[in-house]
Amino acid sequence: MAGGSSIDVLGQFELRPVLGGLGEALRFSQSPLYMILAACLVLAFLYFGMRPAAVVPGRFQAAAEVCYEFIRSMAVDTIGPEGAAFFPFIFTLFFFILAGNYIGLLPFSFTFTSHIAVTLALAVMVFLLTVIVSLRAQGFRFFAHFMPAGASMYLAPLLIPIEILSFLSRPVSLSIRLFANMVAGHVMFDIFASFVIMLAGFGVVGDVFAIGPIAINMALVALELLVGVLQAYVFAILTCIYLREAVAH
Amino acid sequence: MGVMMKMVRAGLFATVSGVSLLVMAAPGAHATGMPQLDFHNPMVTGQVIWGAVIFLGFYLALSQIMLPRVGRVLEDRSKRISGDLDVARAAKQDADKAVAELQQARKDAMAEAQSNLQKALDEEQRAADKKLEEINARLSAEIADAEKRVAAEKARAFGTLKEIAADTTQALVSRLTGTTPDAQLVAQKVEGATAHQNI
Repeated sequence: MAGGSSIDVLGQFELRPVLGGLGEALRFSQSPLYMILAACLVLAFLYFGMRPAAVVPGRFQAAAEVCYEFIRSMAVDTIGPEGAAFFPFIFTLFFFILAGNYIGLLPFSFTFTSHIAVTLALAVMVFLLTVIVSLRAQGFRFFAHFMPAGASMYLAPLLIPIEILSFLSRPVSLSIRLFANMVAGHVMFDIFASFVIMLAGFGVVGDVFAIGPIAINMALVALELLVGVLQAYVFAILTCIYLREAVAH
Repeated sequence: MGVMMKMVRAGLFATVSGVSLLVMAAPGAHATGMPQLDFHNPMVTGQVIWGAVIFLGFYLALSQIMLPRVGRVLEDRSKRISGDLDVARAAKQDADKAVAELQQARKDAMAEAQSNLQKALDEEQRAADKKLEEINARLSAEIADAEKRVAAEKARAFGTLKEIAADTTQALVSRLTGTTPDAQLVAQKVEGATAHQNI
């Protein structure tokens, strides 16, 4: 989003109401629109992939099954036998974030995972879920986790606040990790793309040098494809780890 | 490859240095902060509510409809595979049983045939033995008979031999001497000679 001689790398994150006045009244920006798109794409992928329901799957069905089994094994292996109950949640979380990250890589689209409000909401949801599951599975023994077993009682005044702080910082780190990764990636895209336009103003020499930032942006797409799946995976696996601690007796 | 890398590096250096100059010089460069942190914008908080609704809908669609469908297909497959394996295992068991039965039957048949053969051989042996015995008995009887006849014949031959010898002796003596020897004496002498000759 470079206009003339200025670089506006943050303009791409601006939220604008869609559907005019109705969107403004409903606070409906392009971000929820892309969330709906992401959810529909994942559902369509599963629906059309699994439509043959063949015993010997085709490529499309095999891909859908791989997604299912990947998340299922992640949930069950990490959380334990109770993980099967959380599997749909982990699946939703992983593919919501993954689809959001990947749709955001398409030109002219919007990355809803680049908004701290979205990622923080997701992280707080995970956090609250783990607290509720912990309280339900362990009752008040849950609070005993804030005092590491075997530690000296004299260290308690120091350890308990640290443990509580680290517990409370989970949603913060979870949300900022995803948010910062997505923002950084898209800012870099924008910066290097702006370089190309600026260099175009320098005539033939600029045109030749513009190959540099274009090549970098191409490499960045590959990197962002990796980052997109990695961040979704990290979010999902950390959720699984928190849930494992929650259900552990 | 090396040339390409060098070009890219040179381009990168040139662009970075050039653009940093430009940015410094650019009067309209935005410094208004991130739109994500502009919480006065109702759209920023709005996406939390919309996000919650959409996430819930997405979760329900996945957990109630799509994921059970995928799970069913996977379960059907594993059930079918294990069912096929069971069928194959049962078929193998049947085949093994049939092979064992067949081998048992073969063994039994072989043993029966062996015993039948042995019986037949024994019977044959017994019959042959009996026949041989009969033949032996008959032959020995015949031999004994023949020997008896030979002995009788021999005795008769010897009997007449003495007479002939006596007659011949008498004839020879009478021809040589002109006197007829006493028949009794001749008979006695012949008797002595034959006894001496052990005939």
